[in-house]
Amino acid sequence: MMKYANFPGCSAETTGKSFTVSTKYVSERIGFELVDIPDWNCCGTSAASLTSPELAIALPARSLAIAERELPGLDVVAACAGCFRSLKTSLAFARESDENLEHVRELIDMPYNAEANVVSLLEAFVSDDVRSSIAEHVTRELRCLKVACYYGCAMVRPAEVCDFDDVEDPRSMDELMELIGAEPVDWAFKTECCGAAQQMAIPKQARPMIERIFENAAANGADCIVTSCPLCMLNLDMREAEINRARIAEGKKPFDIPCYYFTELIGLSFGAEPAEVGIDIHFHPAEMLLLRRELDALEAQEADLAAQAEERRKKAEIAARIAQKKAEKAKKAAESEKEAKR
Amino acid sequence: MRALDLSGISEADIRACKEIATEAGVDLKDCYQCGKCTAGCPLAEGMDLMPREVIRFLQLGALDVVLDAKTPWICAQCAVCSSRCPQNVDICSTMRAVRIAAKRAGKRPVPEADIFDDEFIANVRAHGVSNEQYLAAMYNLKSGHFTQDMGNATRMLKRRMVGVAIHNTKGRAEVAALIDRALGADEGGE
Ligand code: SF4
Ligand code: SF4
Repeated sequence: MMKYANFPGCSAETTGKSFTVSTKYVSERIGFELVDIPDWNCCGTSAASLTSPELAIALPARSLAIAERELPGLDVVAACAGCFRSLKTSLAFARESDENLEHVRELIDMPYNAEANVVSLLEAFVSDDVRSSIAEHVTRELRCLKVACYYGCAMVRPAEVCDFDDVEDPRSMDELMELIGAEPVDWAFKTECCGAAQQMAIPKQARPMIERIFENAAANGADCIVTSCPLCMLNLDMREAEINRARIAEGKKPFDIPCYYFTELIGLSFGAEPAEVGIDIHFHPAEMLLLRRELDALEAQEADLAAQAEERRKKAEIAARIAQKKAEKAKKAAESEKEAKR
Repeated sequence: MRALDLSGISEADIRACKEIATEAGVDLKDCYQCGKCTAGCPLAEGMDLMPREVIRFLQLGALDVVLDAKTPWICAQCAVCSSRCPQNVDICSTMRAVRIAAKRAGKRPVPEADIFDDEFIANVRAHGVSNEQYLAAMYNLKSGHFTQDMGNATRMLKRRMVGVAIHNTKGRAEVAALIDRALGADEGGE
């Protein structure tokens, strides 16, 4: 499917701007259509579920009911992992029984049948249609870029609700990155939590979570982290500087690990300039690494070509020697035949 | 795990602990205290009770210990614990249920976490969406963390990530009514 009802989420125009911009860039080129749900409202995220279970069901259901009415037949896509989980939790509740569905209708005071499915943008992008369309548009493989694909928690947990990829070792983003030539690393923190809103509410307890994510990515040879959620992105990218200040004070080496949205990297592989996909407004400098790796890739390409030429030369050389030997052998055979006849 | 005088636990406490578990969809008897939930919890080092202990004290009916614990308020709701529990105990939902029960009992062991969520919902009630800059400002004001993320606010401004036209849901009155209805239904369901 290449057309979805879009739930933008509260960060789409603010802290998640680069996600929105890069999604648009890629979508337009591959013919992936996103129609915004008219007059959507906040999904409530964990603040709602920690306040009241009813609220956690009701807030997402209103937007889903509007989508059902205004954009019938379309599944709903949410770019943000937090929005995705909230929407899908509400949907799962409504689909559990007729009684639940009726309860949701009462809460939102709207007609609603829980018809449309909810997927994350990442899930929509790993469908066969989208994947083959992406492959057709790659003009510049992101060779030499070692990426740690970071899924975070809300994309996969709880598994019964999210119903997407492996809960401990998801592969879908890694496969997308391979598709555009980047090199995913194996690492242990793919689905570790970034701390979500707790990074703001209880920074002292929550900061080490981010530091450990960077540490594990670095230890496994990653150049950068690729994310699929604006809150993960904000927590990593914006707070890297603060973490580095603390590390320097402790005599530890600071990190130099830029973070990207998977859509930004796909855009680059289509030939976009960094600013066209929002990479120019990251907090941690994110353009230098790309330039370095572009150069590395060109050098690697040159080296490949040189190696191929060298291989061709060697083959020709050996073939020439074989031909020479064969000729010598034939000549000798002819001579000995002559000898025998005499 | 600390020593606890079980003689102070009343029938009502035991019942209340069971109710918390029911709210979370958990049968407390399922937990055999293996500790896997705690081993994977990314916030365990900042908690006063380990996730495993929260379940243990609920099993024992130690209501006050659980309601006074900081742990459910430190929890980031990442669900690693629930996902890895060999007995399918939903610890993550239990944290949520404890937190809601504590709040009802007038307790908030980590005020910052409570303020954050209240401000978040108030924000959504007013605009239909969460306006991050207002949320941050209100939170810092009420929690006393005046300078938190101030440097970052400047960095966001420079990137035009904040200060842009505020998106409001047109039907925000509708959203406010929905929030009131949901919170009302929740109280009614008690
Ligand atoms: S992982 Fe499950 S069984 Fe083990 S201690 Fe935690 S809740 Fe109990
Ligand atoms: S949901 Fe809470 S208790 Fe469970 S692992 Fe995550 S932070 Fe720890």
